[in-house]
Amino acid sequence: MAEAPRHGAAVRHQRPLSPHLQIYRPMLTMMMSILHRITGMALYAGTLLLAWFLIAAAAGPRAFGVASGFMGSWFGLLILFGFSWALFHHLLGGIRHFIWDAGYGMDHPAREYLAQATLAGGLGLTLVVWILAFVIR
Amino acid sequence: MSDNPRTLHDDMRRVRYLGSARSGTTRAWHMRLTSLALVPLTIGFVWLLLALAGRPYAEVYGVLSRPLPSILMLLVVLAGIYHMQLGMRAIIEDYVHGTQPRDWALAANLFFCVAVGMACVYSVLRLSFV
Repeated sequence: MAEAPRHGAAVRHQRPLSPHLQIYRPMLTMMMSILHRITGMALYAGTLLLAWFLIAAAAGPRAFGVASGFMGSWFGLLILFGFSWALFHHLLGGIRHFIWDAGYGMDHPAREYLAQATLAGGLGLTLVVWILAFVIR
Repeated sequence: MSDNPRTLHDDMRRVRYLGSARSGTTRAWHMRLTSLALVPLTIGFVWLLLALAGRPYAEVYGVLSRPLPSILMLLVVLAGIYHMQLGMRAIIEDYVHGTQPRDWALAANLFFCVAVGMACVYSVLRLSFV
């Protein structure tokens, strides 16, 4: 590039676009990158559920009964199951990012193993916690 | 002039329009800090919720009004809300184009995070102090 990009009125003509997602063959690492954002957004929405739980607990037994009634229903449990999976998946994805930040695990076999470990670990931790939840009760 | 002998550009020419030289990495750094904090906090959070799962109101109230569970919950909420505000901000900046839609989306993100965070903090404090 001979010239640094100019951010003025002069650049108006169509520039070639770099290829986007639909051009590439789907790969595990790429899917995991997308999934990290999707689980992050799911957790973002899920904080409404946490807020509801805490507000209901602070408001009193009646409000708490409504909230825990919903969260104990099959639909509520399904949402909580999804929330817990998103939480564990995102947590392990974050640890994977720390490993990359430290400069490790970016070469070919390592990054595939990390992706697989994140996927399996997230599902495994979710199952363990839900088994624990039903055992403890 | 630049120390690099292969270019005639001076340092200012090289860095102009490439972002701030002072606060440009603040959000990326804060993302790392909140991530690091949230690793142990998330484990504690899940452990706490496991202890509360399916319990009657009196027991849940009893646990959540104790100091350590309350402090844990406050830290989870504060670190988590700031973390997710940064995350959604990055997503909006990537995918929402046009100055006006982007600014509205960023404002909505901030308002949502502050409102949810404040609701959680108020509720946790009320469980202990009322």
